[in-house]
Amino acid sequence: MNLIALLGRETLHVVTYLGRFGMFLLTTLYCALLPPYKIASIMRQVHFIGAQSLFVIAFTGLFTGMVLSLQGYYTLAKFGSVGFLGAAVSLSLIRELGPVLGALMVIGRAGSAMCAEIGIMRNSEQIDALECMAIDPYKYLIVPKLVAGIIAMPLLTCVFDVVGIFGGFLVGVELFDVSAGAYFQGMYSSVGWNDIEMGLIKSLCFGLLLVWICAAKGFFLHLERGGGFGAEGVSRTTTSAVVLASVSVLVWDYLISAVLL
Amino acid sequence: MGLSYQCCIALGIWGEVNVIEHNAKIVIELDNVVKNFGQQRVLDGVSLQVRAGTTTVIVGASGQGKSVILKHMLGLLSPDTGRVTVFGHDLAKITKKQLSEIRSNFGVLFQNVALFDSMTVYDNVALPLRERTTTNEADIRCNVEEKLALMGLEDHGAKFPAQLSGGMKKRVGLARALVLNPKVVFFDEPTTGLDVSKSNEIYRLFFETQARLNYTAVIVSHDVPKIFKLSDYVALMAEGTLQSCMSPESFQLSDNPLIRSFVLETMGPIYSSEAEESLLYEAF
Repeated sequence: MNLIALLGRETLHVVTYLGRFGMFLLTTLYCALLPPYKIASIMRQVHFIGAQSLFVIAFTGLFTGMVLSLQGYYTLAKFGSVGFLGAAVSLSLIRELGPVLGALMVIGRAGSAMCAEIGIMRNSEQIDALECMAIDPYKYLIVPKLVAGIIAMPLLTCVFDVVGIFGGFLVGVELFDVSAGAYFQGMYSSVGWNDIEMGLIKSLCFGLLLVWICAAKGFFLHLERGGGFGAEGVSRTTTSAVVLASVSVLVWDYLISAVLL
Repeated sequence: MGLSYQCCIALGIWGEVNVIEHNAKIVIELDNVVKNFGQQRVLDGVSLQVRAGTTTVIVGASGQGKSVILKHMLGLLSPDTGRVTVFGHDLAKITKKQLSEIRSNFGVLFQNVALFDSMTVYDNVALPLRERTTTNEADIRCNVEEKLALMGLEDHGAKFPAQLSGGMKKRVGLARALVLNPKVVFFDEPTTGLDVSKSNEIYRLFFETQARLNYTAVIVSHDVPKIFKLSDYVALMAEGTLQSCMSPESFQLSDNPLIRSFVLETMGPIYSSEAEESLLYEAF
């Protein structure tokens, strides 16, 4: 009997949780469509999520491209196909690693900060204060972040890809003496618009996904199981937001790839 | 409006004192409100009427649900059963937009003030004007500076909340609550964490602003007996329900055992006659 009760309780918890998150996204998207459009707030968030993540994205992209080139060179050399190095590096980055690693880095840098910021606002009654001032917290707080995430993630992914390809070039061409012409020709002949499209679609989805999960976790901090109150509650919720968002990115990456390939 | 004569003397405020209008329009009404949090029943059939222009104070020990009542009035919580009516609208039956319209008549001073940490004092006070009105920036500046001057904060507009003392934060919170000239202002433990002089400062500002803006006030507090001097009506929250709502004088002399016990605990014995007082001594 206890097992059945436990099963029922857990099911209700999961359904409530999913429903709350679903309504959060729908409400935010609905509010995003309604004027006034807070362009200044959106630009501030694009700066926070996008511009301030540039260094970490470029740095990660550079070393991802370099290690791809390093590993790729030794693998391709076994088959005498080092001429395909440019194609291997660029396709891996554009279709897969750029959007995924870019999203994971943005979750770590901006998503965690977003969750903690909104969570602290919830804890210190600032969100209640907004509601009491008849200011819609979705419109004021969440919409600019969501729109900024959707704008910034594809741009960051492009930066990641370009810097990654340059990193691959440094290792392949400068270190292993692969012909620069072969490197770029391989990339040029193998990368199609559909590959770029796939990368951009993924990055758009990940931008929405990471803001959705991180913002919702902070927004519903007070409804977290075991209580999300106090500094410990904020830290616990932020950690779970980062984990959930990261895992969701990997799951959605597979699903999008399966649909688009 | 309902400034009592006693309070004006206590805080040195002189001027026109109006008589409480007991038949004034009801602006907020709670009707048999029940609220449970999980297995715990916090409100068990709470009923209360708040009349226009009056000051209603809800007192009670910590954890009795005073702030929960306030959150029901603000529409931040919905009752499990019962009804909350504000300006004649049942909060359970109105749209989000209508609730937003009703809330635009509210000002709230939260217990921990709830200022936006990343904004300056000026921006905190200007926020409701920027978000809720189409006022231009020059008029916003004029309005905000007037409210900050009223609170004695004219030189602190550029500071951030973290750079202010507790009393100053409360004054900023009050300035923000009043910036849209609300019809009803809610005070959730307005003097918590303040020393006596800072508490008196908040009360003085309350009197001055209520006299000027003529708002209805609902105050949740356990600052007894000082809070009695502010109020037109006092209600005790105990055992999940409000133990009647009456004038402060009647409250202090009430026969209700819960009210009597509360008054004794917080103020010491108050006797209506010498005979009653001597009976108490005999009991010991």
